[in-house]
Amino acid sequence: MSMTTAAAFSRYADLPSLVGLMEGDEKHFEAAHSTLDVIWTLYDRILRVSPETADASDRDRFLLSKGHGPAAYYAVLAAKGFLDVPTLRGWGTYDSPLGFHPDRTLAPGVEIGSGSLGHGLPLALGSALGLRAQGIRRDDGTEPRVVVLVGDGELQEGSNHEAIAAAARLGADNLTAVVVDNHSATPPWTGGVGTRFEVEGWKVRSARGRHHDALHRALTEPHPGRPLAVVVTVPSQS
Amino acid sequence: MNTPVRTTVPDRSMDIHKASGASMRDTFAETVREAIHEDPRVALVLAVISGDKFREPAARHPERVIDVGIREQALVGVAGGLALTGMRPIVHSYAPFLVERPFEQLKISLSHQGVGAILVGIGGSYDASFAGRTHQAPGDVALVDTLPGWAVHVPGHPDEVRELLRREIPRERPVYLRLSSEANRAPVPVSERLTVVRQGSGRSAGVVVAVGPMLDPTLEATAGLDVTVAYASTVRPFDREGLNHLTAAAGSADVLFVEPYLEGTSAHEVSAALSDRRHRQLGLGVTRDAELRAYGDPEEHARAHGLDAEGIAKAARDFFLV
Repeated sequence: MSMTTAAAFSRYADLPSLVGLMEGDEKHFEAAHSTLDVIWTLYDRILRVSPETADASDRDRFLLSKGHGPAAYYAVLAAKGFLDVPTLRGWGTYDSPLGFHPDRTLAPGVEIGSGSLGHGLPLALGSALGLRAQGIRRDDGTEPRVVVLVGDGELQEGSNHEAIAAAARLGADNLTAVVVDNHSATPPWTGGVGTRFEVEGWKVRSARGRHHDALHRALTEPHPGRPLAVVVTVPSQS
Repeated sequence: MNTPVRTTVPDRSMDIHKASGASMRDTFAETVREAIHEDPRVALVLAVISGDKFREPAARHPERVIDVGIREQALVGVAGGLALTGMRPIVHSYAPFLVERPFEQLKISLSHQGVGAILVGIGGSYDASFAGRTHQAPGDVALVDTLPGWAVHVPGHPDEVRELLRREIPRERPVYLRLSSEANRAPVPVSERLTVVRQGSGRSAGVVVAVGPMLDPTLEATAGLDVTVAYASTVRPFDREGLNHLTAAAGSADVLFVEPYLEGTSAHEVSAALSDRRHRQLGLGVTRDAELRAYGDPEEHARAHGLDAEGIAKAARDFFLV
């Protein structure tokens, strides 16, 4: 049963249906899911983590800091087999592991509980430093990476800027911040949100939100000695 | 006690980082330096404060002595991330900047993630009396007490600091270890249960619980009373069962609780411990009614809050109706 279900809902084209299991109405799908393509690209092509390695110390880690609106995240986790597809139906109900903000202690594959903005980046920095301090490497010698997704509105929280400033000084080049920029910061970031990372010594790249190849390149080309920020521009929600 | 002649400048150093918690703080630093060398799970996270005490381990283990700068939200957030990868973070700063400023990080970046860390705060309630309100945190224990599952230790002697750290480092749970510059003359063996320091008779007036550095002034204050004096260096989880037994053996179910932080912080614990009997209780601690806008030294602040031996003695006589 679960094998059949996973096979039937494991493609990119299935994501709207999976989101539909949670939200019902699909007509606002494009606008409402600014994070979908980059999360899909990460889990489909970049992150070395699977349901089988979800607790392995040498897994790559994806931290959804912008915990609001997690349907796209849950849909990708279901498509990749971390969550059973039927679980999506009951999201937000008392017994469901899936809330309107994720809880890592309830939902398989979820690395952090988030919802209150500005916690993910410091947690991701600490995780990156922790992997490095323990010298954790995969069998092929490569170093696991930590990817955290933040929103441009979320970046207004000061805790992010503490982590941005500390990360480059601490040389955390196993850390990547994906900044989904849907122009929700009020007022907008002067000079663009990427400048906040650049001035602190991060490598900054930009990519259009729906272009999987461009996202893949931006997220995988080397950035030795510096943490990486990828600013993903998506249409404004307004 | 003679009042010393006072100059306009306090005779202790004006460097608040040296003046506060010196002895317990040195024991903390020494114990953690050893732990960094011995245990690869241990990571020390700092926000500049006390960095000078860890130069040697920072040089030997730069990946496990992490100074994030004057950034206390990152201080606790980074600790949460370290714990998520299986490490045991020890996080240190002044109490107001460790607990109050980044309080949501304690709640979300540690508790909600289901991970622990050992937070070691210095400054206590008014160790930095001459530095003013900004460097005082009498509400720290009450705040941490809102978070489920935290252990709170308030040692009364540097030897207790060492033992508490040695016990907590191999564990996983979230811990707040509250250091202070005031200390008792002698250590009490570390226990999570109440330790009877002076036994009252079967017709005693009740039970006095003294927390951490409050033990010496409390013993002095109650020397002439027939009461049981019990000591706690661990206040959360609180030994409700122990207090219930001590109270049952006393002549009256009257409990005086002397804490070196916000008065009444443990009132709900006393209430729960004695819910099976009629009882009276009074909490002494840093007063809640007004912000004490005065500098001076910790002894003067203790007197202002009624936490010196004289103040405790008066409160005890009134409360126990003797």
